[in-house]
Amino acid sequence: MANHSATHPKHVHHHFVDSNQQFESAKLGMWVFLVNEILFFGGLFCAYIVFRAWYPELFTQAALELNTFWGAVNTVVLIGSSLTVAMAIRSAQNNQKRGLEINLLITILLACVFLVIKYFEYEHKLHLGIAPGSFWNPTPEIAAVLDHPKANIFFGIYYMMTAVHGLHVIIGIVLMVWLYLRARKGHFNSEYYTPVEITGLYWHLVDLIWIFLFPLLYLIE
Amino acid sequence: MGRLFDFMLPENKSPLTADSTDLLFNFINETSLVIFLGVIFAMTYFAIRYRRKSEDDKTPLITHNNTLEITWSVIPLLLTFVVFGLGYSGWLNLKTVPNDAYEIQVTGFKWSWNINYENGAQTINEIHVPKGVPIKLVMTSSDVLHSFFVPEYRVKHDVIPNRYTYVWFQPEETGESQIFCTEYCGSSHSNMLAKVIVHEPEDFQTWLDENAGGPTGSPIEQGQQLVTLQGCQACHSVDGTEIIGPSFKGIWNRERKLADGNTIIIDENYIRESILYPGEKIAEGYQNVMSPYEGRINDEEITKIIEYLKTID
Amino acid sequence: MASLSKTENTAQITPKKLKVKRFVPLENPINTYLTDEKGIWAWLTTVDHKKIGLMYLGAVAFFFALAGFLAIALRTELWTPAKTFIEADTYNQLFTLHGAMMVFFVLVPSIPAALGNFILPMQLGAKDVAFPRLNLASFYIYAFGAIFTFLSLANNGFDTGWTFYTPYSSDTNSAGIIWVTLGVFILGFSSILTGTNFITTIHKLRAPGISWDRLPLNVWALYATSIIQVLATPVLAITILLLAMENILDIGIFDPALGGDPVLYQHFFWFYSHPAVYIMIVPGFGIISEVITTFSKKTIFGYWAIALSSLAIAFIGFLVWGHHMFTSGQSAVATTIFSFLTFLVGIPTGIKIFNWVATLYRGSISMKTPMLYVFIFIFLFSIGGFTGIMLGALSVDIHLHDTYYVVAHFHYVMMGGTLIALLAGLHYWWPKMTGKMYNEPLAKTAAIFIFIGFNVTFLPQFIMGAQGMPRRYYNYIDQFTPFHQTSTIGSYILAVGFLVILFYLVHSLIKGQKAGPNPWNSRGLEWQSNSPPDFHNFSHTPVVIHGPYDYHQPMEEFQLGLAVDHEYGDEQDKVAAEAHASSATETTEA
Repeated sequence: MANHSATHPKHVHHHFVDSNQQFESAKLGMWVFLVNEILFFGGLFCAYIVFRAWYPELFTQAALELNTFWGAVNTVVLIGSSLTVAMAIRSAQNNQKRGLEINLLITILLACVFLVIKYFEYEHKLHLGIAPGSFWNPTPEIAAVLDHPKANIFFGIYYMMTAVHGLHVIIGIVLMVWLYLRARKGHFNSEYYTPVEITGLYWHLVDLIWIFLFPLLYLIE
Repeated sequence: MGRLFDFMLPENKSPLTADSTDLLFNFINETSLVIFLGVIFAMTYFAIRYRRKSEDDKTPLITHNNTLEITWSVIPLLLTFVVFGLGYSGWLNLKTVPNDAYEIQVTGFKWSWNINYENGAQTINEIHVPKGVPIKLVMTSSDVLHSFFVPEYRVKHDVIPNRYTYVWFQPEETGESQIFCTEYCGSSHSNMLAKVIVHEPEDFQTWLDENAGGPTGSPIEQGQQLVTLQGCQACHSVDGTEIIGPSFKGIWNRERKLADGNTIIIDENYIRESILYPGEKIAEGYQNVMSPYEGRINDEEITKIIEYLKTID
Repeated sequence: MASLSKTENTAQITPKKLKVKRFVPLENPINTYLTDEKGIWAWLTTVDHKKIGLMYLGAVAFFFALAGFLAIALRTELWTPAKTFIEADTYNQLFTLHGAMMVFFVLVPSIPAALGNFILPMQLGAKDVAFPRLNLASFYIYAFGAIFTFLSLANNGFDTGWTFYTPYSSDTNSAGIIWVTLGVFILGFSSILTGTNFITTIHKLRAPGISWDRLPLNVWALYATSIIQVLATPVLAITILLLAMENILDIGIFDPALGGDPVLYQHFFWFYSHPAVYIMIVPGFGIISEVITTFSKKTIFGYWAIALSSLAIAFIGFLVWGHHMFTSGQSAVATTIFSFLTFLVGIPTGIKIFNWVATLYRGSISMKTPMLYVFIFIFLFSIGGFTGIMLGALSVDIHLHDTYYVVAHFHYVMMGGTLIALLAGLHYWWPKMTGKMYNEPLAKTAAIFIFIGFNVTFLPQFIMGAQGMPRRYYNYIDQFTPFHQTSTIGSYILAVGFLVILFYLVHSLIKGQKAGPNPWNSRGLEWQSNSPPDFHNFSHTPVVIHGPYDYHQPMEEFQLGLAVDHEYGDEQDKVAAEAHASSATETTEA
């Protein structure tokens, strides 16, 4: 009974009946995982909602310290990357090896741009002493504007949300580099592009979460 | 009333808060017992009556029976509505403090209860109350979560830092009732015990007047009372016994080895610092478990405590 | 959804058109999953769901022994008030460790990850779970979580109780709490991945003919469990992460000293940890349904009532977390709603018990060890359920909250429920997993020891709890001494029972009699394979034309339901199966 793969196409694992079953399983598995991701972030959103309900004035005040311009740029960058990842899937479905490679590369690039911008935002805030938790030590000018006793909590939530999201972006980059390397070896074609498809799903979610984070953190009025 | 499950409950010393709880406790137990015995009886009877006689036994195909299934879904559902209703009304009663209740302030901290009365009287781990009067305790914590529980009154509520919670009860006989802390709070959680002491109303008034205004006497005497009232003795003995923290006996002007290897002389500043910010200089061989007294005690009181500590030899 | 519809298509093929080859499993299989690959390395890198299931079983047994040993130490310490033989701080660390290990390392993975991993694909007629490598990964994640927890012991340990309530847990100076929270965080992913894997497997890998109304109830139970795992565990993960950040960075969300709110932590924590109770108990329900039908040789009474009540419990279970917080100071409206919903969750549970008892009616009841455990389960779990109603009633809960009454209640549910169900399942599937029988009289003796020991340990705890004895107490007032001492004696009896089990199971591995493919004459699909099964579970791809509990069909006819010929099986499969089927009895058009 040992060698089942002999009659299977190469990419189909032994315990699946056919390629289609494997593809559908992988996709369903990813959807289930994404539901779990949504609940993971849901916890943070709950903390956000609770504290915003308790201290609405704190949130309007503290949001002013966040740079809306760069936040908006980052939103555009991520939406762009969602587009390119969708195009990558399309290329794989159409057997366009080159298109797949280029689209993956652009997606990786955009993800890196996002992280670089985020880095400068963090850098600026840390410079002003707006740091998480026990490193909270705002400069006098900031402290004068941000005179709410619980300002540290807003930024605690801000850092947790953006850092956990940033971690997801980094994981996404790693996955896409891996896809790119496999794409170059010609592993994907219209018969088999499951990893591209499910990584794409994941990436859309990362994008979607940012689309929620941006207005909730930056655009409070 | 002499119900079947009364033996499980402690004495009922505050009928206004305890009666509805006891009633429901018995109701659930008795109903459950009937259903439970029914299930066990049916199960045992079937096991004997329909025991396997041979491996070729034939069994009938019985897939379901709607009447039966609806019956055993709806009856328990109705029963739980009754239980919910009784539980809810009992709970509303526990939440609704009578308007004329006598208020006492309670502060829980690791690992004692500090009690404050309207006229400045203070006690530690003893709540003196008059009989036949509704009592409202307004409670808060100065460190971690605690929970205030008097089994004989069937009342309990968590005691939370930065927030006030309350319980009420009305003891109907004089005597003592046990208080427990029921929210885990560290090493001496199980020693965070206290008592409600119920007096005749006149006796209570006398007691209250005698203790008005808090500690009295010379600074040393006041310091001694403060050491008791602030709960220091839960961890620091005055007779040399080692409990959770170092003993107070014979420490004045002596050398103390610290956990970080340094040695200091115990003086006014060290004691002051150790009360306000106990984590700064930990004595060798002890854990940093004491919660800071910053904001809970004033300089005058610290001075009196120091005066008292000087005298313990 | 192409693949799903394919499966449905197959189910719609009328049996008449299907060319069916009768198949009988081998009495003496030569190739089994145990002989397929050998050596420790093959075990550690295996993607076979059966071996992974056994590795989980071993790990769970190890942690159960460890946490059980701690329990004995705790009970011994409570023989007298004040100090019996360990210090207060040690005691506090031990009960925390006992709770955390039992919950996170034993109860949560016990049935789904150990027995479920082994049995689920077989009950679906699949060769493996949907993502075998992920399955192995989740085992190693579990192991990593365990390592972190042990590291925490090396870093001053932790004494917060398994609930990690803030601010006690965020104010502590011990680095141990950081390690253990990270450990639990990691462990959560193991649970999430197992759940994801099972959901996908159940949706996509069912053998031809297994429609949703032919799913064994064990599969329904695991399905409900997996849904809870996927929906609840991430919330624990984020809570625990925030708690770790509270300790590392003083982020301030839960710590009142920094402006945060400790009650918020409790909401977060119980949002996971109440559904987690159902992660632990619902798979137990699945096992009970399987065992009770096999040993009464009868169709389950109320298939849909039992299947859907699992899903109902999973759903309502998400809405009742606040009943852990009746004394915490949550809002009055929340308290009322949570209490009401708590009762609703009791109803589907009651329905299950009534259906099981009704299944016995006019059955052919054989009191083998697994069935004995089912009876013990119904006895103990009913008590656990009724006392749960008691704790859901608002006014009574105010009195009983955080006393030994609660301790006794959840031991009746978790140990009397989950663990007894696990034992029922272990004894039921042991012949399938190992191909060996165990010593039946010894097994029954052990079960009786456990039953008696359990009740002697925990019944007195109901009484002393109602009398007012708070939980997590190192010291106690004298009036509780007799209850504590009885309870301690009971725990020793319990321990003896488990030692006997250990003895005869090991003995069975070494010298047990051969079990044969289907020693209980069960109609379950998993029993239509060899014992132990071969690497791909079935040497043929089964096509199922009967329900899992069709005991009204004679066995010979029932086995016709398993066929080799179907259009989706690959060539290799057919060749091997046909070679195998030379031992099969006959070929007909069914």
